[in-house]
Amino acid sequence: MIDPSSPLARFWDEFRHNRIAVGALVVVVLIMLIALFAPLISPQNPYDLATLVLTDARRPPGFVGSKGFTHWLGTDAQGRDLLSAILYGLRISIQIGVMAGGIAFCLGATLGAFAAYFGGKIEALIMRIVDLQLSFPAILLALVLAALLGQGKGPLIAALVTAQYAYFARTAHGAAATERSKEYVEAALSTPLSPRRVVFRHILPNCLPPLIVVATVQVANSIALEATLSFLGLGLPVSEPSLGMLIANGFQYMLSGRYWISIYPGVALIVLIVAINLVGDQIRDQLNPRLRR
Amino acid sequence: MLGFVIQRLLQAFVVMMIISAMVFVGVYAVGNPIDVVLSPDATQQIREQAIKAYGFDQPLWKQYADFLGRLIRGDFGNSFLYNMPVLQLIGSRLPATAELTLAAVFGATFLGVPLGMYAGYRPDSTFSKAVMAISILGFSVPTFWIGLVLIFTFAVELGWLPAGGRGETAQLFGIEWSFLTTNGLKHMFLPALNLSLFKFAMMVRLARAGTRETMLTDTVRFARAAGESEWTILTRHVLRLIAIPIVTVFGLELGSTMAFAVVTETIFSWPGVGKLIIDSITTLDRPVMVAYLMLVAFFFIVINFVVDISYAALDPRLRTRRA
Amino acid sequence: MTLLQVRDLQTHFATRSGALKAVDGVSFDIAAGEIVGLVGESGSGKSVTGFSILGLIDPPGRIIGGSVKLEGRELVGLPNAELRGVRGRQISMVFQDPSATLNPVLTIGRQMQLALEAHEKTSEAAMRARAVEVLERVGIPDAARRLDAHPHQFSGGMRQRVAIAIALLNSPALIICDEPTTALDVSIQAQILTEMKALARDLGTAMIWISHDLATVSSVASRLLVMYAGRIIEEGPVRDVLRAPRHPYTAGLIASLPAHAVPGRDLVQIPGSTPSLFDLPPGCAFQPRCTYAQAGCGVMPNLLREENRAVRCHFPLNGSGS
Repeated sequence: MIDPSSPLARFWDEFRHNRIAVGALVVVVLIMLIALFAPLISPQNPYDLATLVLTDARRPPGFVGSKGFTHWLGTDAQGRDLLSAILYGLRISIQIGVMAGGIAFCLGATLGAFAAYFGGKIEALIMRIVDLQLSFPAILLALVLAALLGQGKGPLIAALVTAQYAYFARTAHGAAATERSKEYVEAALSTPLSPRRVVFRHILPNCLPPLIVVATVQVANSIALEATLSFLGLGLPVSEPSLGMLIANGFQYMLSGRYWISIYPGVALIVLIVAINLVGDQIRDQLNPRLRR
Repeated sequence: MLGFVIQRLLQAFVVMMIISAMVFVGVYAVGNPIDVVLSPDATQQIREQAIKAYGFDQPLWKQYADFLGRLIRGDFGNSFLYNMPVLQLIGSRLPATAELTLAAVFGATFLGVPLGMYAGYRPDSTFSKAVMAISILGFSVPTFWIGLVLIFTFAVELGWLPAGGRGETAQLFGIEWSFLTTNGLKHMFLPALNLSLFKFAMMVRLARAGTRETMLTDTVRFARAAGESEWTILTRHVLRLIAIPIVTVFGLELGSTMAFAVVTETIFSWPGVGKLIIDSITTLDRPVMVAYLMLVAFFFIVINFVVDISYAALDPRLRTRRA
Repeated sequence: MTLLQVRDLQTHFATRSGALKAVDGVSFDIAAGEIVGLVGESGSGKSVTGFSILGLIDPPGRIIGGSVKLEGRELVGLPNAELRGVRGRQISMVFQDPSATLNPVLTIGRQMQLALEAHEKTSEAAMRARAVEVLERVGIPDAARRLDAHPHQFSGGMRQRVAIAIALLNSPALIICDEPTTALDVSIQAQILTEMKALARDLGTAMIWISHDLATVSSVASRLLVMYAGRIIEEGPVRDVLRAPRHPYTAGLIASLPAHAVPGRDLVQIPGSTPSLFDLPPGCAFQPRCTYAQAGCGVMPNLLREENRAVRCHFPLNGSGS
């Protein structure tokens, strides 16, 4: 075994040199922390309907509410403090994005690696289905599934996973097929190891780099997709507003100039997605051998 | 070549069958469709009549067989909601979506490819970095939010452009089109821009990555060594070399843009099929959902087919291998 | 008459670990019609020298000093638009792998047309006629019909002939050949070598033949330049250098030629490996691998000229080689 810390250390050393990527990474970590500790830092619990004051509804940023504290980002149609709602919304969005991305990762990577490992008809069947799905827009698939499965976190995550696992499967299959033909796998196969062991211990770890790139992109995509579904009214129930739903709720007030209800949650969403994508971009560039000199 | 076409047609048929089965199971087997057609307080008798009338009492495979039979006859049933033939309903909405999608994809390609090539050619210039920043935004920012910002900025605050609707239309070949009138174009501009941003970002990235890699190849060095100008190299060599992935994505994006039109049409109240499908999903208007999904699948297959054939036109290496 | 005069050429690559001195003070002359071989291991700077002459160094590389004069005209520092007029018309280049240099999606005729148009726009018919003429010249049968073929429809050897034809299109005075036969089968290598030699003689074209393969170069070139770690370390007529190398490195190269091998015995090798350009020893770069190294070798030797020979060594060999 090679010391695993050394390639990682080299990777970080190169990563460090792109200041934008490092900044983005800091932002991602910061937002994750904020989301994690949202109940502790937000001025109000936006889900506790008892604390909402209807006369405080749709107030602009900086408004001092009847509860005495300042609504720095204004309030929404129910009189919710928008800042608190955004912090909680981030929490939900990240939770769903990471869970959907993680499940899709595991499912897709395993499927792709096994397809490459077994080859033959199994491979052809799995990859045909995956290709078929990839040629179909993820958003439509998620839309229909979300509509059919009903509202709630579980169904939503299921819809997102179904829409996204194929990307992981494709990537894992591509990388694993290359690995499969290498000598060390042939060597592992000639020993009486179970296929499961070969796939999980030998093939998958070597497919990780491209999968990680896909994972960063797909977590960002999950978050955006969830927001889109919620915006269209097919995501989470109203009782737990994600960022997408906050934006949707503010849409009708935008035409009368009350921009903040939609804009600020949107800004939070974008900062998060852009930051994840920037980190992903840098990882991709670093792992792309064709751009190496 | 003919053998290749026949083989692809057969494949397309099989794929359509599989998709029809999946769509059918997905849309009909989950939930109880009868609840949609009838009000909750309908009597048991009315319920049973309706179940018979719609064929919901038959076993699933029988329902599927009937469904397939009707599909082949081009009968997608009646919309529960609008109570009119689905095909007619979709047909009346299709031109609006078609013109919006085409405007978005063509706009994105003809702007995105040159800009992306420049960004790949001069990756360190300020202009390239600006282009890339816009493309990262276009890639990351959800379409619906950009739509909101566009409406807020150009319709609400500045009042330059209308916030929604199709505006005036004019007839061509018996179909109403917005792009034929100034007012219609004004209405189309914001939604088309909104829809094209993601595609634009994608084209920029694709063209940039392709150009960057191609510029490092010996083909470019050799052309330079022959004294060819950078303009010639970019337009004659690089563009031809990166055209293959671009054409693929162009084709595939045409389909997925139609899918994304769902979001844009909702925001801009653009009366196309996207708006229709959202309404049908929220009301579980199953015949419309099925017909729409089959339509999109059909589009995808046609587009894939065309893309495959244009591959052969663009890459002479494939042409001889297949001949 | 001197066609090309290179003086103290320096091409460096900016890297994170400092400047990589790929070419570090190279000087030589090429006479009109002369074929010169430029030999060295990979990383010795021979290819970079070739590209530097044409100003075809991509960033982070840069020519930081020296001069390249073509018929008395300075090329270093010339604006790109003017350099473009030199490339292909006065100096052209043939690369190692023809399947990488030719554009796979354009027909041969189209590519030749682009190379011609770069310098002079004439009628389509005139350009086709010129293309056919040159293709026939390099031995492509049925050239008129082959113009509409794509590169992949040619064999490896034929493809390289096409590349050579493109290099010859505008009748340049000098062709830089960067390992043009390395990627080809041995039998085709020999054919191309002989034909290029004949072409150069018939057309009066000078050539710089860059290769790591001393045997190939020796069969084409009349004069030899040996490079090591970014510098020229030996220079002289092919026959003289082969018979009596003066630099220990050249001697090692000659001794390791398979033709010199004794059957049943291992090939002679130069001990050690090519040094990293980041980590050159002080003084003579070959010193750590040199069996003749002495205390004085820690100081960089100058290129000592003597009639038509030159050597960069404090203790040059003077016998009949190893």
